[in-house]
Order: sequence, then structure tokens, then C-alpha cells
Amino acid sequence: MAFVPVDAVGLEERAAQLGTRSIKKQAKVVGLRLAIACMDLTTLEGKDTPGRVAQLCRKAITPDTADETVPAVAAVCIYPNLVAAAKQALRNSPVKIASVATAFPAGLAPLDVKLQEAREAVAAGADEIDMVIDRGAFLSGRYAQVAQEIAAVKSTCQPALLKVILETGELVTYDNVRRASWLAMEAGADFIKTSTGKVNPAATLPVALTMLEAARDFESRTGRAVGVKVAGGVRTAKQALQFLVLVKETRGDAYLDPQYFRIGASSLLNDILMQLVKERTGAYQSEDYFTKD
Amino acid sequence: MATPKRVKPKKAAKIRTLTSGNGKARLLVTAPSASVWEYAPAPEGHDYLKLRDRYELFIGGKFVVPKERRYFPTINPANERTLAHVAHAGKADVAAAVNAARAAYDRYWRRCTPASRAKYLYRIARAITERSRELAVLESMDGGKPIRESRDVDIPLAAAHFFYYAGWADKLEWAFPNTQPQPLGVAGQIIPWNFPLLMAAWKIAPALACGNTVVLKPAETTPLTALWLAEIIQEADLPPGVVNIITGGGETGAQLVVQPGVDKIAFTGSTDVGKQIARECARLQRHLTLELGGKAANIIFDDAALDQAVEGIINGIFFNQGHVCCAGSRLLVQESVHDLVIEKLYRRMQTLRVGEPLDKNTDVGAINSKAQLQKIESLAASGEEAGCTRYETQCALPQRGFWFRPTFFTGVALSHRIAREEIFGPVLSVMTFRTPDEAVEKANNTPYGLSAGVWTDKGSKNFKIASQLRAGVVWGNTFNKFDPSSPFGGYKESGFGREGGLHGLRPYLAAH
Repeated sequence: MAFVPVDAVGLEERAAQLGTRSIKKQAKVVGLRLAIACMDLTTLEGKDTPGRVAQLCRKAITPDTADETVPAVAAVCIYPNLVAAAKQALRNSPVKIASVATAFPAGLAPLDVKLQEAREAVAAGADEIDMVIDRGAFLSGRYAQVAQEIAAVKSTCQPALLKVILETGELVTYDNVRRASWLAMEAGADFIKTSTGKVNPAATLPVALTMLEAARDFESRTGRAVGVKVAGGVRTAKQALQFLVLVKETRGDAYLDPQYFRIGASSLLNDILMQLVKERTGAYQSEDYFTKD
Repeated sequence: MATPKRVKPKKAAKIRTLTSGNGKARLLVTAPSASVWEYAPAPEGHDYLKLRDRYELFIGGKFVVPKERRYFPTINPANERTLAHVAHAGKADVAAAVNAARAAYDRYWRRCTPASRAKYLYRIARAITERSRELAVLESMDGGKPIRESRDVDIPLAAAHFFYYAGWADKLEWAFPNTQPQPLGVAGQIIPWNFPLLMAAWKIAPALACGNTVVLKPAETTPLTALWLAEIIQEADLPPGVVNIITGGGETGAQLVVQPGVDKIAFTGSTDVGKQIARECARLQRHLTLELGGKAANIIFDDAALDQAVEGIINGIFFNQGHVCCAGSRLLVQESVHDLVIEKLYRRMQTLRVGEPLDKNTDVGAINSKAQLQKIESLAASGEEAGCTRYETQCALPQRGFWFRPTFFTGVALSHRIAREEIFGPVLSVMTFRTPDEAVEKANNTPYGLSAGVWTDKGSKNFKIASQLRAGVVWGNTFNKFDPSSPFGGYKESGFGREGGLHGLRPYLAAH
């Protein structure tokens, strides 16, 4: 498909309009549970340890120990060295392991090193690989190189699912986001993902809308449905609902599913749990009632 | 894990055979409401609105009983319930209103300093802002438009017009240098039902800023917000008779046009009525401005940002149920992207939420009146009879009230009625073009000339095409954007005179 430009003014207007959808009562409860089911519960810190990851995994399986009806999250998202620890903690659970790889977060390492990292993460038990693209290559116009790297990682990490992080905060323009989304999907991405979480701005509504539109158009062009993951800066239940609205009204209800949509986040989960308890009891509880694993 | 379901649109055979570009594409329409996640109703509260059973005429600063004691009901078009009964102004009432305006002009308003005229306008603007929520709710109840629009567009813009023209009141000599601008006297103003309060603001604010007094006649189906504006004006302590608001049907407006003592007529409404008014005003030598119908072309080039262009098409034709004189009711799309645009448009149209106007998530509300609904239905039927392909939303509609599904037709030719006549409803006619010249020729091939839209990512092309379009407003890569500082008005049978901006002052002044 010839490149379709994105008009920033119109895009931001539409995203803002969708952001004002009023989600109340039952719709809020269903939406928040859905957000949990679509969540990649994330820890990507230099100080991550096997102990810390094990605790995160407990939370991933049972987000609210007081309410068994709250679903497990879709996956945990961690560094490659911690995949083994997560594998141990998540055995017999439906929660997947997503590992960042390919010299996360900058992606500025030799391809061999990136491939090796992805290979080892999969060998250690990762179900999904969150790779970063080489933004330097993209911004200097070496699109073919970016595409080749994605394709190489894809063939290396199979059968793991491949999420391609565009780091939209460094691509800056929506035209770039659209172009990078298309390029990643053509190169074999199973998901396109906004951000590493290490760069600001990260997952904004207009960026997510651009990527959802690209994924929708790609599917209508090729028949292959690629998922979208928003990550970075999604901290509140309200934001999560806004992204779900975007998915619903851009791609349709069928895509409100962890197979096609993910939210990468850390502190979001507790905010959602707090809102769910509020909907159940009518009152906000102290944050001390929510476990901080 | 659900895979996206293919749901056949109404004219399934037609749309499913669509291919685009290289012929590989398939139309993939996801289920509009395979409800994994439905939005719960989010109604804007309205219990606190205190509506009176009866509304009188606002003449000479007081609410007065009509001489003939006739009243008519005004209903909520979303459920057909009567909201209130409103006075019907007969001949004698019109005369009384004009006399009151004349007296106010001579006694107060022409002697009032420009700065104090500004003061009153600022007061009205602030009061509208303060009461914006209830005005928005009332506007949606009386007219059927979604609360999202009355809350975010109608009421804020109405206040903005008063603020804007308040600023001009003491700067008229600066606006028209080397002249001594003088008011015309009594302005008779007749407004339509599509933007009731906003149109009242468009008319009243510049007239008062220039030193004229006003007799305003709101539309028969939507008089309530104008009557609340009358209360605001009363509370703002405007000298009695500076603004008079008389309600009634077409005959009340017709009487106002010919009433002795009126110096100027400003009319917004249909082209047919506008022509009758023009004849009367020519006979009576009255100043006149007309803002009439339209059949705007929205031109989409193949190098446009297509997703935003589709948003623009949707906004252009379905904003306010298409009850917009400048609605983008003709879509001219470059043939090379026609199928792609239609696919995107169809899909996007399915996500429109049609229903209860007071629900905060409603995108498209109720048709304003039964008569209008019948007109839309008959024109849409003519499109089908002419062999055009009809596409519409699949959503459920409420049982009571006046509703029409957002609709578009493909395969439309310029000669079809749906391409020539103003439908004034949520019905879009899609035509194609091959070259920029053809686009311009087709866009201009209409008796109307109110607005147009051009969609291309190429700036130079956008300006070039815009300069060739015979339309009062041309939007580039956007549509239906309004601002008090921007003039608005038509070419050809869409009327003459401008409202908004510095240009909007001129029709209310003798500046020589």
C-alpha cells in the first residue's frame, strides 16, 4: 500500500474525542477486568532480582487475593536474565512470560548479539519476545535494515510471539509511527508496541490510535491480524479504559482480547484493583489494602 | 479467542465485492456490536431543569401574554413528549415587539456609549457561561442534538460570540477606518432550528454591538433556549426593548419581515423562504442578509491523510444529524482511492452511536421534527429509486421519537436529486472524480455555495483548489470548524452577507 499520511490535528482531535467516552457502572467493571486480562505486568529495572520477579508472578496469577473473580494478567514482562525465575514461579498458570530482548531499550548493538539474546530468552522459557527496533537506522532512512532485523529476530525466536517496540517517543511524528508500524507488520511482527517505558512521551492516545488504524488497515489488506500493545505511562484505570475505547471503536469488540491487545504497565494494576473495590463497595480503600508486589 | 467476524452489511453483495488498489484487499467488517464490552447508559441529568408549562413573549423587557392567547407545544423529538407550551405571536404582537425595539433604539440604545453596550454583551456572555450546563441540556431536549455537541459546541460558541462582539462594540471606527459607522435601527432576525441558541447569538451579538435593537424570532420547533436567553437578557438588565424575542411559526416570521419600523432583516434558513424574503425586502427597501441552504462538496484526494479524512467526512455529514447548512453532503473522492475510502467510511459509520441525545456517549441524536424526518426519508428513497447503492448503520433505534440511520449512497451522479437538493439530514452522496480540475468543476456545479472541504496532505494543492471553489467557507483538512472571529456566509443561492468576524459587523452598520 502506498504510504498513507497521518494528519496530526485530525488524529489528536479524534483521540481526544474518544478519550471523553463516559464509562460508568457495569461498563466500568467489565472494562477494568478486561484491562487486567490484557495486561503485561512489567518490571524492567536494573535492580530486578529472582525474588522480586517471583513476587510479581504471584500478583500476576492472583491480582486480588480477596476477589477470586478478578482474572489473571496476560503475561509478565521482564529482562531475559529473569525468565528462568519467572518460569519457575508461573508453572501451572495461564500467565505467559514476555521477555524484552535485542539490547533493550536502545537496540544499538550488533545484530548477532541481539539474536543471541532473543534465542537465550526463548530457551529459558519466554513465550513472547518484546524486541526494540533500531531507531537510529529508522530515522536515517535505513528502513530495509530495520525490516531485516525484525525478520531475523522473528525467525530466531519462533515459536515465541514477537512484539516489536517502535519507541514512538523517539520517532516523534505520527507519519513515522504509521510507517514504522507498517514496516514491522510486514516484517512479521505479531504485535506492534508503542514504547519501552524508558522514554517520554510513551503510550499516548493519538499514537495508540495511529497504530490501531495501521493494524486494522494491514489486516484488511493482508488478512493477518496483528496486535497492538501500549506501554509506558499507563498508570490509571481511566487511561486503561480510554485505550480500550480506542480498540473497540477502531478495530471492534473482537479485538478486546489479549490475543490482539495488551497494556504494558506496573502500577496500573493496583489502581484498577482500587477502582474495582470502589465499584463493589462504593468507597475508596487505603492503598495499604493493595499489595505492592 | 474470537477472530473478527465478518458481518454482512445491508447491501452485502455490493460491498463485499469491493476490492481496492491492487485488487488483493478484502473488505473486513467487524461485528458492530458483538458485545464483549458495551458502554452502560451515561445520561446527563436533567431533573433539576425547571421548565414552565407556558412561555410568553419577551417584549419591552417583560414577558407578555400574546394578544390572541394562542400557544403551541414544543416537544422533545427523541421521545415526542411535550416540554412546554409557547406563545404564538400574532400580527399585533409582532407590531408591539417592533414598536418596543424602535422605542428602545430611540430612547436608550443609540444614546448608550459604545463601552456600555460592550458591558451588557459581556454580561450576557458570562451568564451563558455560568448557565452553560442547563442550557446544553435544554438544547438537547428541545432539538434532539447529542449532549456532547450542545455541551462542547453550541453553548460555548454562543458565549464566545457574545464575548467576541462585546470587544468590537467600542472599536467600530477602528474596524471601518475613515467612516463614521452608524447603526441601522431595528433588526428583525429569523433563525432556524438546527443551532437554536448559537444562531440567536450569531444574530443578536453583532446587532447589539453595532447599536441596533433586535426583534428575534426563533424557530417553531426549538424556541426554548432562546426564551431562556430572554431571561438571561432580563437579568443582565438590558434596557427594556433592546432585545425582543417572539415565538411562532412561519407566518410570525413573515409578518416580522414586512412589519413597518423594521430597518433590517437577517434570515438564516431555507433557500425557498430566503427568496421570498428577498422579494419583500427589495419591495420595502430593507437591508438584508441571508444565510441559506448548502450542498457542500468534501473533496478527498488520493494523497490525503485518509483516516483523518474519513473522520472529516463523518463529522461533515453526521454532525448534528446532518442538520447543518454547511454540511459536507456531497463527497467527491478521487477514483483511485474510492474503494478504500468507502471501506473505511462504512466501517467508521458503524461505530456511530445513535440514540438518546442526553446520553454522553451518543454521537448522533434525533431528527428535529417529524416533517424533517419525512423529507429526509423521501429524498433517501429517491436515491434508491435512482439506482444508487445505499449503506446505513446497523444499530438499533429507539421506538419513539424521530430517527434516521446515518446513511450514504455510492454510485451517485450529479444529476441525481440526492446530489442536487439539500437533504438537511444524515445522508451523504458519494461521487468520484479523476483530476483536480474535474473535482473543482463538480464541486462548483451546484446552485449553492456555502462551504467546501479539501483533503490532501499537499499544502500547495490545498490552497490552489481552495481558491477555485465558489464557496463562502473552505476548510482544509478539517470540516465544520467555527470561531466567532471567522466570517461565515455564502455564495450564489446560499445567500449573502457574512456573520462572524469583523465582516459580521458590516451588515449591521451604515459605514460611509
